[in-house]
Amino acid sequence: MVDFNRFTLANGLKVLVHEDATTPMAVLNILYDVGARDEDPEKTGFAHLFEHLMFGGSVNIPNYDEPLQRVGGENNAFTSNDITNYYITLPAENIETAFWLESDRMLSLAFSEKSLDTQRNVVSEEFKQRYLNQPYGDVWLKLRPLAYKKHSYRWATIGKELSHIENATMDDVKAFFKKHYTPQNAILVVGGNVKTEDVKKLAEKWFEPIPAGEKYNRDLVQEEPQTEARQETVKANVPLNAIYMAFKMPGRLNQDYYAFDLLSDILSRGQSSRLYNSLLKEQKLFSDINAYISSSLDPGLFIVEGKLVEGVTTETAEKAIWAELDKLKAELVSDAELTKVKNKVESVLVFSEMSLLDKAMNLAYYELLGDATLLNQETEEFLKVKAEDIKRISNETFQPNSSSTLYYLTEENA
Amino acid sequence: MLNRQQAPDFKQVSTINFIHPEKKALDNGVPVFTIYSGEQDLVRIEFIFENVNWKLEKPLQAIAVSALINNGTNKLSAKEIAEQIDFYGAFFQTEYVQDQSSVTLYTLNKHLRSVLPIVKDILSESQFPQHELDIYIQNQKQKLQVNLKKNDVLSRKEFAQALFGDTAYGVNIKAAHYDALKREDLVDYFKAAYAPNNCTIIVSGKFDDVSFNLLNDTFGQDWEKSNAVKNSFNFTPTKKQFVYTEKPEALQSAIRIGQLAINRKHEDFSGLQILNTVLGGYFGSRLMNNIREDKGYTYGIGSGISSLQQAGYLFIATEVGADVCSAALTEIYKEIALLKNELVGEEELDLVRNYMLGSMLGSLENVFSHADKFKNIYFAGLDYDYYTKYIEKVKTITAEELLALANKYLTTDHFTEVVIGKK
Repeated sequence: MVDFNRFTLANGLKVLVHEDATTPMAVLNILYDVGARDEDPEKTGFAHLFEHLMFGGSVNIPNYDEPLQRVGGENNAFTSNDITNYYITLPAENIETAFWLESDRMLSLAFSEKSLDTQRNVVSEEFKQRYLNQPYGDVWLKLRPLAYKKHSYRWATIGKELSHIENATMDDVKAFFKKHYTPQNAILVVGGNVKTEDVKKLAEKWFEPIPAGEKYNRDLVQEEPQTEARQETVKANVPLNAIYMAFKMPGRLNQDYYAFDLLSDILSRGQSSRLYNSLLKEQKLFSDINAYISSSLDPGLFIVEGKLVEGVTTETAEKAIWAELDKLKAELVSDAELTKVKNKVESVLVFSEMSLLDKAMNLAYYELLGDATLLNQETEEFLKVKAEDIKRISNETFQPNSSSTLYYLTEENA
Repeated sequence: MLNRQQAPDFKQVSTINFIHPEKKALDNGVPVFTIYSGEQDLVRIEFIFENVNWKLEKPLQAIAVSALINNGTNKLSAKEIAEQIDFYGAFFQTEYVQDQSSVTLYTLNKHLRSVLPIVKDILSESQFPQHELDIYIQNQKQKLQVNLKKNDVLSRKEFAQALFGDTAYGVNIKAAHYDALKREDLVDYFKAAYAPNNCTIIVSGKFDDVSFNLLNDTFGQDWEKSNAVKNSFNFTPTKKQFVYTEKPEALQSAIRIGQLAINRKHEDFSGLQILNTVLGGYFGSRLMNNIREDKGYTYGIGSGISSLQQAGYLFIATEVGADVCSAALTEIYKEIALLKNELVGEEELDLVRNYMLGSMLGSLENVFSHADKFKNIYFAGLDYDYYTKYIEKVKTITAEELLALANKYLTTDHFTEVVIGKK
């Protein structure tokens, strides 16, 4: 159970406070409701590049990191297709420093050319390090445009290509800031050894004077239902053949989300899971096999991916995956198997309360979903899922005509 | 009127409280250290074994045992073990590191009684079935093939080999080592290492007397002792050496440079940690400021010092654009030379002090982290005075001391310099 208090400032900024007196630390987490899905198709990777620029100094404070480190704090941030999330952890008695820094960059950035130049380079190196210079590193750069044709999920957060980042201009940066980095587009969570009344005073002091800005109304082109099986073959300098299968599934707010999460657990959570036992241990077709969901806000993907044992054909391997998926469509999962994955989820949720930062991030994300109290109802929602739901969603989802399959082959096998 | 240019007042962290463990022993003598917290209804139990009986011709014995230990006992198959652990929502993890192998159980308190016997079965009766070993060998060889395509992984392997040679710290594992794995070798190693007289138990979480009795009833008897010899290695500092593997298609080069140093037991260790922080130990470090934030050569660069039981080493690691690899190396050596020739300014030193104290406070987030802090000192033969002195050193170290430490330990004539990619 993650308790919290909640209020909204006059400029529209939502604030949540989680009091936890067992720690001497505090966390300030701020979620901006903007991600790679909000980008222009010709300027992809921008939300993430912008995240880097948020550390390049703000209107009144030339350096973001240094004053924070000086009070014993640390920070980081991440960008996804849906959100951009910034967080600070620091000794609770120095919490005001976090308010000072975070509010100033919400007010306005320094917009320094030097910072833009450097971060374009840094992000280009990140692109190389994580996506281009790694075996199988570019899978998501290939799989997204195969699975999505209209929706902006068709590109990854790093962007479609290096040139989009290299061509970013200061005007782009300013326009993006004005459009998305407003109080009414953000959720602030303060957690740890703090009191709600103190947080309220600090929020009113530092954040309330920031102009509300204009409300961003999201109007994304949605994907049309997929009606044909899609396939693509890539060959690259990799040692093993691999298969990636993507199926369309509903977005995070759909009631079936919990059933999908459990379905992926049945297939692939741990050494008792179906794919691991059947395909890796018994049939020895894969040396590595996984299933997981993308958990995106708009309709997402259910992924099955694996690396093939040398000598196994992609045809055999793919057939074996389909046999496991077809079994879920034909037969109800047993009570024991369903209870097993539910028990595991319950356990994961209890263990996740060991981390103050995780609690703060979760509160912000669930508030974005509509209401942070949803976080405390998760276990119940998982427990409601029935074997019939698993069978029904398997039938709705695992259809050849809504699948996108990427064959990622070694050069000699292509 | 709000003055946004004025930083709010702040305080340096003054006190840091460590939760000390309670020490007990099982009936067979296994020491049990418990760090208690009643906040959540869960517990973590770590069974830690020293690595033993090192044989260069069988370098994978300990690693394979750690990976396969839960793959079948006299009573249960690999699948049954996994199903039972998962059914109770528990987590069973094994880990092999240079000095120790551990088995860790995470469970909700309500299932402790049900999962402990499974863990006991694993720790005392594991069988290492041949068919499980065959699958392991095949899949590990495949994973190795993928890893050998990663410049970062290659640089780590080459660096460890150059510093530590053919010891458990440095041996370069190849596919042939997997092919040579024999079931009997695993069984032998298991019997030698996973014995009560080579075991320390560290418990963290909600763990009361009833739970201790349960642990004692399960692990305090019917568990065979062994005669094993704990690994022991000696290392001598190397001369300057270069390892360069050219990868013509590389977009980035992996750099890893450094040398043998001291470990936690040495009186200079805390000072060296501070020096390391200045150089490359945090986001605002000199290496990050210069090579990422000023030059944009990399997504990240850092330095570290690692404390092993029988050695210590320091390293600088990064992946940089292939076209700027030489320039990055020049800048790294420039930063080292600065630390050896010029005093760190008071403003920077104050920042590092405060950052490190905040970081120490923040690293004690929950009962598990308190247990980790205890492990750091206990297995190095130290006590909580170590942390008292560490905190004192962070608060009081002078720029002159840092300069002396830089000259004593950053001796670049002895550096090993590994580059994988292009220069």
